[in-house]
Amino acid sequence: MVSLSNHERVLAEVDVLGRGANRGDRAFQTVVTAIAACVPIMLLGIVILLLLDALPALLRYGGAFLTQTTWDPVAEKFGAAAYVYGTVVTSLIALLLATPIGVGCALFIAEYAPIWMRAPVSFVIELLAAIPSIIYGLWGFFILAPIMRGAIEPFLKNSLGNVPAIGALFSGPAVGRDLLVAGVILSIMILPTITAVSREILRAVPDTQREGMLALGATRWETIRKAVLPYARGGIVGAAILGLARALGETMAVTMVIGNSSTQIRASLFTPGYTMASAIANQFTEADKEIYFSAIVSVALILLVVAAIMNILARLLVWSVARAPRAS
Amino acid sequence: MLTSLLAPPRPEPVEQEPPRAGMCARDVSAWYNVSRKAIENVSLGVAANHITAIIGPSGCGKSTFIRCLNRMHEVVRGARAAGTVELNGQDIYAPNVDPVRVRRVVGMVFQKPNPFPMMTIFENVVAGLRLEGGHSNRALEEIAERALHQAALWDEVKDVWKRASGISLSGGQQQRLCIARTLAVEPTVILMDEPCSALDPIATYRIEELMIELKKDYTIAIVTHNMQQASRVSDDTAFMLAEEDRIGRLVEFGPTSRIFTNPTERRTEDYITGRFG
Amino acid sequence: MGRWQRRRITNALATALMTLSATAAVTVLLIILGHVVMQGLPSLNVAFFTERPLPPGEVGGGVAPAILGTLEMLGVAGLIGIPVGIATAIYLSEYGRGNLARAISFSVDLIAGLPSIAIGVFVWAWLVRNVVGQYNGLAGGVALAIIMIPILTRTVEETLRIVPDPLREASLALGIPRWKTILRVVLPTAQAGVITGVVLSLARAGGETAPLLLTALGNQFFNLDLLQPTAALPIQIYNYARSPYPDWQAKAWGGALVLITLIGVLSALTRWAVGRRTHAY
Repeated sequence: MVSLSNHERVLAEVDVLGRGANRGDRAFQTVVTAIAACVPIMLLGIVILLLLDALPALLRYGGAFLTQTTWDPVAEKFGAAAYVYGTVVTSLIALLLATPIGVGCALFIAEYAPIWMRAPVSFVIELLAAIPSIIYGLWGFFILAPIMRGAIEPFLKNSLGNVPAIGALFSGPAVGRDLLVAGVILSIMILPTITAVSREILRAVPDTQREGMLALGATRWETIRKAVLPYARGGIVGAAILGLARALGETMAVTMVIGNSSTQIRASLFTPGYTMASAIANQFTEADKEIYFSAIVSVALILLVVAAIMNILARLLVWSVARAPRAS
Repeated sequence: MLTSLLAPPRPEPVEQEPPRAGMCARDVSAWYNVSRKAIENVSLGVAANHITAIIGPSGCGKSTFIRCLNRMHEVVRGARAAGTVELNGQDIYAPNVDPVRVRRVVGMVFQKPNPFPMMTIFENVVAGLRLEGGHSNRALEEIAERALHQAALWDEVKDVWKRASGISLSGGQQQRLCIARTLAVEPTVILMDEPCSALDPIATYRIEELMIELKKDYTIAIVTHNMQQASRVSDDTAFMLAEEDRIGRLVEFGPTSRIFTNPTERRTEDYITGRFG
Repeated sequence: MGRWQRRRITNALATALMTLSATAAVTVLLIILGHVVMQGLPSLNVAFFTERPLPPGEVGGGVAPAILGTLEMLGVAGLIGIPVGIATAIYLSEYGRGNLARAISFSVDLIAGLPSIAIGVFVWAWLVRNVVGQYNGLAGGVALAIIMIPILTRTVEETLRIVPDPLREASLALGIPRWKTILRVVLPTAQAGVITGVVLSLARAGGETAPLLLTALGNQFFNLDLLQPTAALPIQIYNYARSPYPDWQAKAWGGALVLITLIGVLSALTRWAVGRRTHAY
């Protein structure tokens, strides 16, 4: 970032050339700049409006908004803890499933695949990313959920249900509309994000690192494990965070398979629940009272802030790997 | 299994001729993909405990050739090599030979120093040893210290070697670190691909001194575009050239003194005297 | 020998795992696409595209209002989003230096990362509950515009940056003012990329459901009044999927097939026709 890119240097020269120039240039620049400036203004507008509309609920319920599970519009008690819980659990499941497979895919494309295979596989990943959320929801609802209910969840229950500690995760009746199914659908949806970003990160690892390790007599996997992945570590974490950020905000696919019925926080993954996004999608039509409306906006605001922070964090991590190696 | 490829030759009593731990390349050709041939039928011998230099203008294939000596050339997707390269009497390109094992006994130092940034100096030196496993921490430290001594880097890093990152050193020091890393696994042959071209003259001089010192125990082959360097350090020199077809071939090979004072080939003489390249 | 064998086995295992991951991803995609095609194809007939939905339980009819509604709202989105997106891209590529440019670039990236439901809530709070007072198609279009602007901006900005500087310099050296250079030289040179950006961002926006749910709400009837609730294909799919009627459920798949075909065809077409993005894999 010390020297200007060639493009910027040309722009700088151009400014000097055009200094005495005509009103047309100034007008055009003003118009373009004004329109472009609408973008940050729009962003600010979104944040401010959401904040203002959420304020009544936030002020009234304070921190309890995040810790109470009672969501009772009639009694005007709003606690979003169950929604937060659902969001966290489903996103974590998605992350746990999608990160290894996503990084594995990225490693396959970057390190193992023959040259002719790279483009098609990458294309497949991009296709997965382009499928709209509602179609994932449709597929999850009609195809995945019955399979989960009929085969996978009973299997998990029988095999792991009696193991101490984690057995509690797989207890209770398996209905097929629960946190687990939502988590699985989410994992498919965030897989492309993690793969694409990881692939870019792996490309940023210099070949000299691989060569150095290979020249010492390392196998391909040892080279990846000891030279490539440590170098790429920060970026891959960034990729995972970006995937997580996407999972947090997913609405349609989740809302179709998560049950949307219970605001109880129970240990089992087989319980139906809500995520913050699915709760909004399910309830917004019923927001007749101002405080109800404000509570819903509060949920959206929290989602927005968390997603934004994660995005910034992830970008910093990814950027740092692409620029230069960090000495440990 | 080619067990003999793993162990360096044991030193024999002085009266006998020590076994030749050199490499012998015969008709080595290499391609970057099916259509792009890089070098053709290069044959030369890297004599044991000698420094053999490979010189030639840019694009003549000298780097490609040297990378065929430790089977690094085929790492690039789509690349291929053919021919015979004998080490201790065994062909490293024989069908049942695993390239991974070849690279363990034929080490390489690269043009741009490439220490691993996420490892300390110590961890860098023992990186190769850790691959094969089976060394206690004590043993690793001893081997690392010895390697750093051999690479003339010990005094400069001994206080920080377990704390400082591999990239916290200067360019010349990093290259010596890479040499130490290569020495730690005790290869039979050390290949150097323009090891000084990214370094300043003083660092270059120190590495050249190091090479001369190292040849007592190791066999060294070095690619260099610097003719003065080749005439300073090497015992034998090979001159390569690529004609219009962009395929690199060996033009002449022989003792350094002869190549630089009385070359046989006209093209060699033209290159040495600076008429081209 | 044991250690060496272990290393070889580990290496082989790792290779197998990586290949398995990639195979899994490809397989999942094929399964999903396969289901959409298999389940959706039977529902596609002329009526599907031209008629409006029949009362619940009756078999027949179509989703024409939804298709029309989507097109209407994409029109609104385009009207707002295309000028803003391209102007922002021009600013960032041709003028952007300094703090304002950094702020704008940062905002673009940030908005791109916002959950679409949050954008829906924003437009819901602003246009539906306040300005207009009811669910309406205009709000839907605005929400889609907010979603498409970052995508369009980034794509077009990248394209403009690729236009070689000597082209600009030559034009300016001829005395052509900066603004004409941009509009008559740079933009036309990049037009393939710009068109790709527009098509792709519209396609992406067209598949969004959550923000439309909170703004346009959906409608069973044809609607040309943008201040009324308006149907959209993704919403129609959503509602039909949750209904208990097999005919409607089948139509949901049909709608999904239409949606995915459109997005797929548009993406493939623009990518192929343009070919400017040479992805080095």
